[in-house]
Amino acid sequence: MSATDYGWLILAFPLAGMLITSFGWRVLPGRVPGWIASAAIGLAFLAAIGALVQIQDLPAEERSLVDSAWTYTATAGVRVDMAILVDPLSVFMCLVVSGVSFLIHVYSVAYMTGDRGLARYFAYLNYFVFSMLLLVLAANFVILIIGWAFVGAASYLLISFWYRRNTATYAGIKAFVMNVIGDVGLVIAAFLLLNETGTLDFGPMFAGAEDAFPRNDGTLVAACLLILVGAFAKSAQLPLHTWLPDAMEGPTPVSALIHAATMVTAGVYLIARTHPLFELAPTAADVSAIIGALTLFFAATVALAVTDLKRIIAYSTISQIGYMVLGVSVAAYGAGLFHLMTHAFFKALLFMGAGSIIGAMAGLQDIDRMGGFRRAMPFTFVTFTIGALALAAFPLTSGFFSKDEILAFTINRGGGYWVLAIVGYIAAALTAFYAFRMVFRVFYGDPVPEARELEEGHLAHHDPQNPMTGEAEDTDVGFPGPEHAIAERSWPMKAAMGPLALLALVAGAVQIPGATDVIEHFLEPTFEDSRFHDTAPTEGSELVGLVVGGLISLAAITVAFTVYLRRPGTTDRLRERFAAVHAFLFNKWYFDELYDAVFVRPAATAGSFGRRVIETDFVQGFIVGGATGIVRVGTSFARAIQTGYLRGYALLLLLGLGALALYFLIASS
Amino acid sequence: MDVVWFLVLSAFIFCIGAAGVIIRRDPLVILLCLELMLNGGNLALIAFARMHGGEGGQIFALIVMVIAACEVVIGLGIIVAMYRNRLRIDVDEMTELRG
Repeated sequence: MSATDYGWLILAFPLAGMLITSFGWRVLPGRVPGWIASAAIGLAFLAAIGALVQIQDLPAEERSLVDSAWTYTATAGVRVDMAILVDPLSVFMCLVVSGVSFLIHVYSVAYMTGDRGLARYFAYLNYFVFSMLLLVLAANFVILIIGWAFVGAASYLLISFWYRRNTATYAGIKAFVMNVIGDVGLVIAAFLLLNETGTLDFGPMFAGAEDAFPRNDGTLVAACLLILVGAFAKSAQLPLHTWLPDAMEGPTPVSALIHAATMVTAGVYLIARTHPLFELAPTAADVSAIIGALTLFFAATVALAVTDLKRIIAYSTISQIGYMVLGVSVAAYGAGLFHLMTHAFFKALLFMGAGSIIGAMAGLQDIDRMGGFRRAMPFTFVTFTIGALALAAFPLTSGFFSKDEILAFTINRGGGYWVLAIVGYIAAALTAFYAFRMVFRVFYGDPVPEARELEEGHLAHHDPQNPMTGEAEDTDVGFPGPEHAIAERSWPMKAAMGPLALLALVAGAVQIPGATDVIEHFLEPTFEDSRFHDTAPTEGSELVGLVVGGLISLAAITVAFTVYLRRPGTTDRLRERFAAVHAFLFNKWYFDELYDAVFVRPAATAGSFGRRVIETDFVQGFIVGGATGIVRVGTSFARAIQTGYLRGYALLLLLGLGALALYFLIASS
Repeated sequence: MDVVWFLVLSAFIFCIGAAGVIIRRDPLVILLCLELMLNGGNLALIAFARMHGGEGGQIFALIVMVIAACEVVIGLGIIVAMYRNRLRIDVDEMTELRG
């Protein structure tokens, strides 16, 4: 089988899994839909490995294969095929997406047991992975946009999975609306590019872009900025990030899926995929790099203050995606995608650990109510700490190599990029701090009642309630199920977290400056046309960067250790001292309030104005009322005749008859 | 006898019937008056038939009688239904068609 055959298989398995679980929901018992869905993704992962093996057998310059199944549309000079593109970049993405998704599926089998919507859940999950794989395998903009929109729809379905929870349905709507903004940007960008280059296929478009556009051509910059609108909406970058923290309303494995494997990495992939355009439009690339740097700093500061465990990790995702966007925008494609991979490992791991803790807390998510879980949950403690170490870029973990490589590339570009790199290093310190804020607050300190109970062997139980609002719930379909799962007690969760913990620790080994260069080398055929191909930082400067990054990480972890363990209470004093700053961060820089004031309120005001004045007064009163008024006045005479009295009608009849008779009499004489 | 006498009588009966239909409020009487109108018409038909010596007018009068019988059946049915629904039998009470 050729590499493209494997590419079609990568798409076919999740699609089949989705169909089987969704149509078989009535007959598939217990955990079976979960295993079917997991097997589908596992097979997709194997197919991705098959594609990898096949593509590695080819000479480097022939590693970009396009295969078309049928012509999607051919009209008016536009021809779009249902085509997939198998090249190192898409194979890399398929491996990361299907591999991490597979582990998340396995985790979900245990985590979602007892929920009354298991088959629906796994059908959505498979659909999500299928959409993401379609997105990364697309060979032209149309298929990419289809996958793009599918991902948005799947995220809506999964965020609102507990559909009787109001906060969850609102979060789903918010995510969908934000994503549609991005979809619109992407569609307009595709139209602009089609208009100028005459094709929507990636290969010919990028080859023709050089001739079609002068450097920094206005249309091209506009198209790239519109691509960025799409990428930023999907990847939750400023100012389109507000949906991602709210997406925490979905089940925890869904958060892991959105944050680690699918969805948010799509924007990074898109920028990497369209890198020939961005290199022709450096202005757009700079905008992207600046926004990436702003986002990574902004999100890291917010993660310092929020207290919801899942939201801390969510803001850390926004921040880490900011690093990736910065990376691919400064032409550090290999580094950006390497960070995408390591981030997928440790972020999925962190969410799985968080899910286990939330299970132990019987659904509560506030870290103010957690503490001392170290002895009660040793496995979760170890794996979560590994995830936090990788997130904090602790020396020799995977995040250490990937993050610092991005920053080394950024410095290497020189000039104003220095500022971005410094912002990146400051945020790296904040990252290490908030990562260990989670660890120290959740696992150290005095055990809370739930932890004590767990040490005695009982899983805590609370009456089901919404963790955000405290509203009482039941455990029927549409709300979380009655059982809570912790990693210590269910082997599928352990089976998923173990490999991820291992990868989060050692995956950095594939790309150690001066020693191994697997990712960079593997992706080279895709990016060798880059004009920055030969400007990679020297090994020496990368090593300096690693040392600096490692020291920053160690220092920040030490500070967190001091603040939370050696001198507990320091944070309370800080919070009182800098109440305004804390409120600013705790309220997420007031972005939600800003959007509320700028977009939602005016829209609501305009809507109620429309309802009151336009609809009621103008349409109902003037147009409808006016028309009926004219008819009413015009027909008043006719109505006056209709007395309803029988003799009136009889009289009229006779008078008419008499008049006719009289007429004929006069006429005939 | 001159046909004019018959026609005058016919018109007289017809006008009595028409006046009754217009003036009276009791549906039974209105039905009676309708019969008078029809019979006035019948009388005119038969008078002309006699004048012309043909039988078409007489046959036509017979058909009118049959129609009148049918109409009475329906009219009485309506009156009975009215009586079942309301106590007062008065056509001025039935003004649902007022515009």
